[in-house]
Amino acid sequence: MAHAAPLKPGLSDCREAWSATLLALAEADPRVVAVVNDSVGSSKLATFQKRFPDRLINVGIAEQNMVGVGAGLANGGKIPFVSAASPFLTGRALEQIKADAAYSNVNVKLVGQSSGVAYGELGPTHHSIEDLAWLRVLQNLAILVPADPAETEAAVRWAHAHDGPVFIRVSRMPVPDLGEQAPYEPGRATVLRQGGDVALLTLGTTVHLAMAAAGLLAAEGVSARVVNMRSLAPLDEIAVREAAATGAIVTVEEAHVSGGLGGAVAEIVTAHRPVPVERVGFPGFVPTGSVEWLFERFGLSPEGIAAAVRRALGRKRA
Amino acid sequence: MRRRAFRMVYEAQLGHPGGDFSAADILATLYFGVLRHDPRNPSDPRRDRFIMSKGHATGVLYTALAAAGFYPEEWLDTYMQAGSRLNGHPNRNYLPGVETNTGPLGHGLPVAVGIAIAGQLDGADFRTFVLTGDGELQEGSNWEAAMTAGHRRLFRLTLIVDRNRLQQGAGTEETNALEPLDDKFRAFGWHVERVDGHDHAALLRVLGGAVGDRVKPLCVIADTIKGKGVSFMENQAAWHHGVPNREQFEQAMKELV
Repeated sequence: MAHAAPLKPGLSDCREAWSATLLALAEADPRVVAVVNDSVGSSKLATFQKRFPDRLINVGIAEQNMVGVGAGLANGGKIPFVSAASPFLTGRALEQIKADAAYSNVNVKLVGQSSGVAYGELGPTHHSIEDLAWLRVLQNLAILVPADPAETEAAVRWAHAHDGPVFIRVSRMPVPDLGEQAPYEPGRATVLRQGGDVALLTLGTTVHLAMAAAGLLAAEGVSARVVNMRSLAPLDEIAVREAAATGAIVTVEEAHVSGGLGGAVAEIVTAHRPVPVERVGFPGFVPTGSVEWLFERFGLSPEGIAAAVRRALGRKRA
Repeated sequence: MRRRAFRMVYEAQLGHPGGDFSAADILATLYFGVLRHDPRNPSDPRRDRFIMSKGHATGVLYTALAAAGFYPEEWLDTYMQAGSRLNGHPNRNYLPGVETNTGPLGHGLPVAVGIAIAGQLDGADFRTFVLTGDGELQEGSNWEAAMTAGHRRLFRLTLIVDRNRLQQGAGTEETNALEPLDDKFRAFGWHVERVDGHDHAALLRVLGGAVGDRVKPLCVIADTIKGKGVSFMENQAAWHHGVPNREQFEQAMKELV
């Protein structure tokens, strides 16, 4: 694929943490199985397959069947982790996710791999910037968006222990370790940096970019709070309302600017304390380009996020 | 069962009586002659599973579940009323005996395949049954699942096709032809039986008994009549979700004995 570039020092591919954690869980719990759509390689499950050949169920290129089979395995007492590229898992099988997983409220785990624009030049058919918007309205479905390897491990472990449907958004985007954070709990955000002028709300692959933006803004005398939301559903509403108390919010996500984190935050803010909200993300189908170029082009960079903060502050003062 | 289901549809003035009646003998055979289940313990891991993939035929499904003892028969009086557990399509979170929430077509077979794989992994001896409509087989998800079942030789899985030859708007063969249906399933690695879907003895012969030396999943194509048992409803597509007026209801009750 287009982005198998070697990782820079200090950066990690969260898929490694996902697959190592699943393997450890499977060693300890015979109920754990994996379901894939010919996605053993892209899901980093080759080791799992070798260790547990019977417990990796490859249905081939058939996402609707894949999610239905996952729901059936849960009915049969298994804890299935259905792992596939996020655009196909969430787009092709959306009705199965709705009816078989969320509405039926069964114990199936859906793992969307290489979400956002990770597939770069392969284009919008292979991007998954819509997944958060599609899934956020599905009752019962927890949506976990880990930001680094430790959080990915914690999210997978939480999903295993939780009795109910879960979606975990995993990325192949290289990300740095964020260091020690509070114990992982969906719906409980962590404040990574205190600040009173503006709040940056983010999750997943863009958390470290928001932290870098806050560093740039500090040099200009702007005090920006950075909050890692960690999950989209449940969403930490208290953290959003506290963010609104700064008087300006910028949301940052590797997703469509509508319907995902930005949309969710705007809903809460308008219901409780209207303040300017700037949403950083992708506005729709993007032009051809590498992941790095797309991030720069659409402002998912320290400079781009800082610019959005300046817009928000301008509206706050207006 | 047809009489009780039709009364539910009449009182609710909602439902899918044509498909209820084509499936009634299949469900009666399953619930009272085939399925190994304990209504007092509906989540027993050893239970046989039944999935009503044609989730719109709730009149007959709910009647069968009540008659089998999963819940009191009085619940049937609430069919589709505000706040009832008996939604137009079945919900496992409200109703014991329902394995998965169906309604959109083409969902039951993939879930049944997953259940059968779980049983296969555990070496369990429960069986998994799923009933689809015939028009429903136009949904591609069924064929994804049929391929998996054949590939994995899920011999404890049985698919029953309610072959009434009518879908909502017209005949299946004029809409998007299914035949030769037997050959299609055989090509996907299934063992196929064709039976009269209103003949209890014939249904019991192919559905009941031991799995024996079967090595493939079983597809039972049950030839049925939509609206079976009521002269003015039989083979009429309009009775897919038609509901009776008083006169039609009383006439049907005379014919359904």
